[in-house]
Amino acid sequence: MKLTGAQVVCESLIREDVDVIFGLLGGAILPLYQTLPQYPQLKHILVRHEQAAAHAADGYARVTDKVGVCIATSGPGATNLVTGLANAQMDSVPMVAITGQVPRKAIGKDAFQETDVQGVTLPVTKHNYLVMDPNELARTIKEAFHIAKTGRPGPVLVDIPKDVLQEIVDYDPENVAIDLPGYKPHLTGDPTQIRAAAKLISEAKRPIILAGHGVIISRAYAELRELAEKAQIPVITTLLGISSFPEDHVLSVGMPGMHGMAYANIAIDRSDLLIAIGMRFDDRVTGRISDFAPRAKVIHIDIDPAEIDKNVKATVPLVGDVKNVLVQLNRLVTNKTHLDWVREIEQTKKEHPSHLIPENNKLLPQYVVRQIWEATKGNSIIVTGVGQHQMWAAQHFFYTKPGSFVTSGGLGTMGFEVPAAMGAKVGRPHDTVWSICGDGGFQMTLQELATIREHNIDVKFAIFNNGFHGMVRQWQEFFYKKDYVETRFFNPDFVKLAEAYDMKGFRVTERAKVRDTIEKAMAHKGPVLVDFVVESEENVYPMIPAGTSVKEMLEAPMPGRELVDHKDAST
Amino acid sequence: MTTNGTHYRKHTITALVQDKPGVLNRVASMFRRRGFNIASLAVGESEVPHLSRMTFVVNAENEDTVDQATKQLRKIIEVVKVTDLSAEDIVARELALVKVRAPDSAIRGEIIQVVELFRAKIVDVASDTLVIEITGEESKIDTILSLMKGFGILEIMRTGRVAITRGTKSALKTNAKEG
Repeated sequence: MKLTGAQVVCESLIREDVDVIFGLLGGAILPLYQTLPQYPQLKHILVRHEQAAAHAADGYARVTDKVGVCIATSGPGATNLVTGLANAQMDSVPMVAITGQVPRKAIGKDAFQETDVQGVTLPVTKHNYLVMDPNELARTIKEAFHIAKTGRPGPVLVDIPKDVLQEIVDYDPENVAIDLPGYKPHLTGDPTQIRAAAKLISEAKRPIILAGHGVIISRAYAELRELAEKAQIPVITTLLGISSFPEDHVLSVGMPGMHGMAYANIAIDRSDLLIAIGMRFDDRVTGRISDFAPRAKVIHIDIDPAEIDKNVKATVPLVGDVKNVLVQLNRLVTNKTHLDWVREIEQTKKEHPSHLIPENNKLLPQYVVRQIWEATKGNSIIVTGVGQHQMWAAQHFFYTKPGSFVTSGGLGTMGFEVPAAMGAKVGRPHDTVWSICGDGGFQMTLQELATIREHNIDVKFAIFNNGFHGMVRQWQEFFYKKDYVETRFFNPDFVKLAEAYDMKGFRVTERAKVRDTIEKAMAHKGPVLVDFVVESEENVYPMIPAGTSVKEMLEAPMPGRELVDHKDAST
Repeated sequence: MTTNGTHYRKHTITALVQDKPGVLNRVASMFRRRGFNIASLAVGESEVPHLSRMTFVVNAENEDTVDQATKQLRKIIEVVKVTDLSAEDIVARELALVKVRAPDSAIRGEIIQVVELFRAKIVDVASDTLVIEITGEESKIDTILSLMKGFGILEIMRTGRVAITRGTKSALKTNAKEG
């Protein structure tokens, strides 16, 4: 059939099972927008800034089995997507971004709103395209989705000149073939390596599983649990691996790393075998590499061969999809117990109770997280940006439902929490979604309250209002003698702000009112903002300063354990 | 995988890539972004239609760096095959064109002697300059260039290294791409 390029794009999106698009229009992308009304199956949500379109698509993709889709126009529209693309690239989130480009004849002439979007987004996408031939549109979109969601997922950008969207082409949906000779994700584990891994597991006395985002992406919860239970192996979940293993399970040891649970880091230090599953040994997990897990052999399972031996040497590398590899491995792993080891970790938990919240009258942010957990009975998707609020949300909410924690891990993007929560709620409309926000990050993307109100997207916002870029202030306290350069800032009246957006707003200034206000927020139908005026100089503990090891771990001060002066840190 | 000392070694890697706009940019960008050090890069058509072959010479401290560079190269969607030729028996060649000062017949004669000794070629003769074409391994080119220095080199053009395995083995079939 004869269609315009814009119609081909819409038809292709529908064939890829797209139902929601986050975007913002402009001149170059206009032909696509003017075509949207012909395709009511494609619901468009107009954001107020393109960065939010990318983050919303990201949040949406993380909580569904779908690819997130965002659209922007050429030039500034496209460059505004960049942070969102980089975020999705770092956290392996399947996304397709479509951008308008100036007409083909104008490319390279510094035309109005022209940017070399393919060049700009090259290092922050899994792949990108500039479609110069309208006959290539259908195949390109099909390839973009295929690349975004298979192998190690990631964002793919398709840049389309305005006149390509307008040109009429022959479209035959039954005859669209992808052509990717260089793209063959490796999906199953090598049988020899599987046997080697099973042997290491059977010989280990103190094995530990490090479960990462790959477990969630691969939906390998049952397989992970089977491995852990079969061989009685304690499970540590990385920041992005949180919710891949139920935290109420007897084998759950919590999060490792810079702000991980002390007992998780101690367990890694004492372990003789790390079974790393779909994780990439980020520096926030390992600290100083030479002191990381010094006694352990390493089984490293990852779908991306380039992650093997990148940061930590694998004794047994296992390249493949996590689910497939675990199924293969579970067949060979024999029933085993590690009673002494599990008891030792239990004892460490008692000696280093990182998950405890001080009992006092202060309005502590950790306490707010714990109350949200209790009020929702753990049945909520929690979305965060980056910083102290993120770490408290990771530490003090006990995740038991797969895929219930959405956070900006690798890139550490402030402001992710607002649009990503919007995307998550659109993706899972029947789930409760709490966006836990820093007061700094919230103000980077708060313009989306308008989008949220317009579509009545029922997100509950908990702003941790401490008047500081809290994590940076903590570093200044620890490493720069409390020299608080530019971390303190003025905040607007967040309740009035909510009201300006025709939203419900509450303010909480004392501990006693926390639970009641959370309940009120949940009882209200529609988006709510709660301004929690929390202790302004509360610190996140434990902390392993950057570039150091578990030996240098700082734990929360308590009777008999005083804080000492720390050395300056690197990054 | 072993960890060698800290001295740099040159490794030859070849890649078969789809002949599409921007591929060179993608490859170069990846090497720059990840801090890999390319000594030379040569691109040309391959025996397969629509596929080009790139030859890289990578300066690497150790095998890990080469391993990582090879893996990151394989991740680029348009890269079809990557072969690390470091451990292979290969023929490697480079081409250089050198413009040398040759103001009189005596000097010209001396230059011609060196050129013949090394089986290079004179490809242009002007009133007071000669252009020499040298093909061979880098060491041979380096030697001729150092000999020419005495005469006065006006200009040097060198291609990067191109390499191919000896015998029946084909770079297409070794080291199949994964991921």
